[in-house]
Amino acid sequence: MDDYPNELRYTKEHEWARLEADGKTVTIGITKFAVESLGDITQVDLPSEGEEVRKDAVFGTVESVKAVSDLFAPVTGKVTKVNSPLRDSPEYVNEDCYDEGWMIQVEMKDPGELSALMDQPAYTKYLKEQDEK
Amino acid sequence: MTQHRYLPHTDDDVARMLGVVGKPTVEALFSHIPERLRAKRPLEIEALDEGALLAHLGMLGARSQPAIGAVSRDGAALSFLGAGLVPHTIPTAVDMLLQRSEWYTSYTPYQPEVSQGTLQAIFEFQTMVSEILGLPVANASMYDGASATAEAVLMAERVTGRRRVVFAGAVHPQYVETMRTYLSAEAATAEQLADVERHVGIGADGRADAAALEKALASIDDVACVVVQQPNFFGVVEDVARLAKLAHDRGALLVTATAEPVAFGVIAPPGATGADVAVAEGIGLAIPPTCGGPGVGLFAARADLVRQLPGRLVGETVDKDGRRGYVLTLATREQHIRREKATSNICTNQGLIALAFTIHMSLLGKRGFTEMARLCLAKTEYLKGKLAALPGFALPFAGPTFNEFAVRVRGGDAVRVVEKLAEEGIFAGVPAAAPVLGNASSKNDRDLLLVAVTERHSRADLDRLAARLDEVAR
Amino acid sequence: MSDRTTKTGTPIETRHLLHSSRPIFEQGAPGRSGASLPPLDVPSVDPAALFGDGARATAAALPEVSEVEVTRHFTRLSRWNYAIDLGLYPLGSCTMKYNPKVNERAARLPGFAGLHPLQPPSTMQGALELMWRLEKCLCELGGFKRVTLQPAAGAHGELAGVMMIRAYHAHRGDGAKRTKILIPDSAHGTNPATCTANGFQVLTLKTGADGLLSPPAVKEAIAAHPGEIAGIMITNPSTLGVFEEHLGEIADLVHEAGGLVYMDGANFNALLGKVRPGEAGVDVMHINLHKTFTTPHGGGGPGSGAVGVGAALEPFLPTPTVERDDSGHYRLEFNRPTTIGRLRSFYGNFGMFVRAYAYIREMGGAGLTKVTEMAVLNANYIRARLVEHYPLAYDKPSMHEVVFTDKRLKKETGVQTLDVAKRLMDFGYHPPTIYFPLPAVTGGAGALMIEPTETEPPETLDAFCDAMIAIADEAHKDPDVAKNAPHQTALRRLDETRAARTPKLRWTRE
Repeated sequence: MDDYPNELRYTKEHEWARLEADGKTVTIGITKFAVESLGDITQVDLPSEGEEVRKDAVFGTVESVKAVSDLFAPVTGKVTKVNSPLRDSPEYVNEDCYDEGWMIQVEMKDPGELSALMDQPAYTKYLKEQDEK
Repeated sequence: MTQHRYLPHTDDDVARMLGVVGKPTVEALFSHIPERLRAKRPLEIEALDEGALLAHLGMLGARSQPAIGAVSRDGAALSFLGAGLVPHTIPTAVDMLLQRSEWYTSYTPYQPEVSQGTLQAIFEFQTMVSEILGLPVANASMYDGASATAEAVLMAERVTGRRRVVFAGAVHPQYVETMRTYLSAEAATAEQLADVERHVGIGADGRADAAALEKALASIDDVACVVVQQPNFFGVVEDVARLAKLAHDRGALLVTATAEPVAFGVIAPPGATGADVAVAEGIGLAIPPTCGGPGVGLFAARADLVRQLPGRLVGETVDKDGRRGYVLTLATREQHIRREKATSNICTNQGLIALAFTIHMSLLGKRGFTEMARLCLAKTEYLKGKLAALPGFALPFAGPTFNEFAVRVRGGDAVRVVEKLAEEGIFAGVPAAAPVLGNASSKNDRDLLLVAVTERHSRADLDRLAARLDEVAR
Repeated sequence: MSDRTTKTGTPIETRHLLHSSRPIFEQGAPGRSGASLPPLDVPSVDPAALFGDGARATAAALPEVSEVEVTRHFTRLSRWNYAIDLGLYPLGSCTMKYNPKVNERAARLPGFAGLHPLQPPSTMQGALELMWRLEKCLCELGGFKRVTLQPAAGAHGELAGVMMIRAYHAHRGDGAKRTKILIPDSAHGTNPATCTANGFQVLTLKTGADGLLSPPAVKEAIAAHPGEIAGIMITNPSTLGVFEEHLGEIADLVHEAGGLVYMDGANFNALLGKVRPGEAGVDVMHINLHKTFTTPHGGGGPGSGAVGVGAALEPFLPTPTVERDDSGHYRLEFNRPTTIGRLRSFYGNFGMFVRAYAYIREMGGAGLTKVTEMAVLNANYIRARLVEHYPLAYDKPSMHEVVFTDKRLKKETGVQTLDVAKRLMDFGYHPPTIYFPLPAVTGGAGALMIEPTETEPPETLDAFCDAMIAIADEAHKDPDVAKNAPHQTALRRLDETRAARTPKLRWTRE
């Protein structure tokens, strides 16, 4: 698994988004950097199917033993699927944050929002800048 | 002599240390404090050596007549006081163990490798509370029964997303007042506060009026929980299962509050009768009454509600070599991590008092807890019989009681009777209208006296109370 | 490596004779009991006859052990705890000072311990007098008009204080407008939690580059929310251990904007005899009796959070208050029309009042002033000895606590505050506070907040500093020792993830 797969888009708050085959649904999760910062994840709180999420607004939380982090939506739209096994097995996020650790799927209101996110080179550059601060 | 026993530094020590710090005087360490903020004069409190201190405190202690004696009854009253705090016999071993410094001079167990004693003791406490209240999950304790009740209501609001609370039957006025203070924090106006709180009265048997509760729940929505005291403020044992069904039918939680947890030695615990959250005051089983505090609030709930629980939780785990150990866990609910989003702002638990409770329950054990409850029950029934037989006295409520009950005193003035008996060293009970219960008490019947009986009372004590009440009441 | 010295040759002087004791439910045998109850001297009553279905069906599965086993169990368990009576606890903001033994004797006097809170007030005059006198002492120490003793802990006191601020504004007809409270980002977590519990919105103030709250930042926040500021919650000294020098100006700004000033009194140990907050612009302050005033921490409680108020908030104090008549008679006063009500049953943690009062009377005013002076001296001594090995978070003068960071250590060796904390245990110390203040305030680095208190002799401070320096040196030579610490404790690096993912919160028969 690549640290930061090429086909994904990324946010400043360390979420990733993958465009699905239908062209209007994205799968959303958190990046390797986020997972490493949090440590062992103990709980993930996600919205329900049918709920609306808004770009840059909080849609859930992810907890480790010592910290709680907000999850920020990369796009606006309706939640079509939720990875419910994460409720009992939050460790999937640690083990495989891009695949088994996916969190929600959203039907985008405006597919154009996706292009506003960072691509892999931009995100890895962003991480490097953060580290140097 | 200016050297103090708790301040090791000699003048030489101070001089040497100032040299290392690089300051000429101690006062120089404070020179950056602006003049405007400085104290304008020295503190005016006189110091006392140990002898004078103990004499002073002894003098203050002697100005009271304690309800509970230290060793024998000498100097203490014969007390039947309850109404929120029912003192039981605390065996000597409890306080002796409590006075080990490793228990009382230790800190919160944030570093588990050096706090396994405290952590394991709390784990055992949580287990005992779970067993006594009959619910699977219990926390490391709250401040007291009243604030635990308030926190339970706030939790019910979080869980259900609703904001109203219904008090069913006779709930201790101090618990209600505490709840009101906590709820007022959320209500913007007095009208909103009044809208949030509802009360359902009692039936002739002294229990919460179930029909009235059903009606009340049908007429309003947005009810987060129904709160019932078990046994209630008048000592009557409630039919919690019936009330729980009514609450659940309307999507509300059922919260029980208990001032006397020994009751659950003989009556069904809240968890077995449909309660979703149960709280209790544990001070009577942990330490001497100590004028009401520090207490210990027991708090237990359904397993699926664990992430909404306020307060500390201890969980079992293993260390890196696979050895069993204990840690504070699910801390992300709490203020030090969630800050604004915490389930409560509570930080402390009642550590040492919870430990005392745990040690006592270990000594009493399965048989002793039941036996203590049976003793209380039998002695109370005996006294009730004797008082009911006194001319002009009456037991107003037909419902069954545990170790506390209400009696109407002849002549109609329980406060007067209690005052007169206090003069001869008998604390006959708490008048329902006693000013010391608080403002709401004045609305209670003036002839009602609440009497509490425990394993401490001999048959002769009970006979004496009956005789003196008969004598003193008009 | 010998486990009796570090890699750099510093001796480690801890050893243990330590017995485990399995959970008490796994001990004993069916039928055993440690109870001593009187025999039944009245007719027996069958619960089933009285309660029917409401009787308890199965007994609570409490332990079945003799007194011998109970004593051994809780004695053994106690020896797994670190405690003040064993050694230094350098925990910042906790004020882990010595717990005087005479206080324990005082609290157990029958005239205090045996009192029932609802006995007729004429029969507990001594207790009421003690409460009244303690209130007077705390007013004297804090510069307040009145003090309530009711709250059970610091956080409970915060709740009371913020509720009173809320009531104050509501009483003036301002309640609906004044919805915001200013809080610095360095604040203890209870502060914002308390505000939210009271329906306030928290406006976070960024700590300045010098580690202080700045009046311009406060001014800006007030200007951005005109008429909406209910007050400010500050800690002084701040959680960074530095004195908020601009407190006067900040208090003025907040008062001019119609707000009130709440001070978190957790760090009161730095101010006794030097600053009386009530005279310095503070309208309300909670005082942790279990910090500055030596009531024992008890493994996590009980605390006691007295709250001092000025004239503005006096009408809103919780009920009852304790009043003294001209005749010298003490009474409980319930009739206070604008009270916020009560926050708990009865009067407060009375057992703690006795201990705090005993301490204050033993020390006296001059003694308490020396307490603050020695507390500040001790912290500054540690600062002077360690500053070359651990960088400071801020350069301002330290008061009673000093905050170091792991910035340089982490960069040069990979060893972080958590590792330093765990390695300190091998030297026989409880670690300092490490998860607080938040990284946002310490420039992203981990913090080591150290408060020695005044009851530590200089030799203890030197030994502690020697250990800290040895750990820093060792980190450069062999960082894995710290990273895998502790090595001396009986249990090591407990799995907190497992405890959170699969919570097991009570013992069960497998």
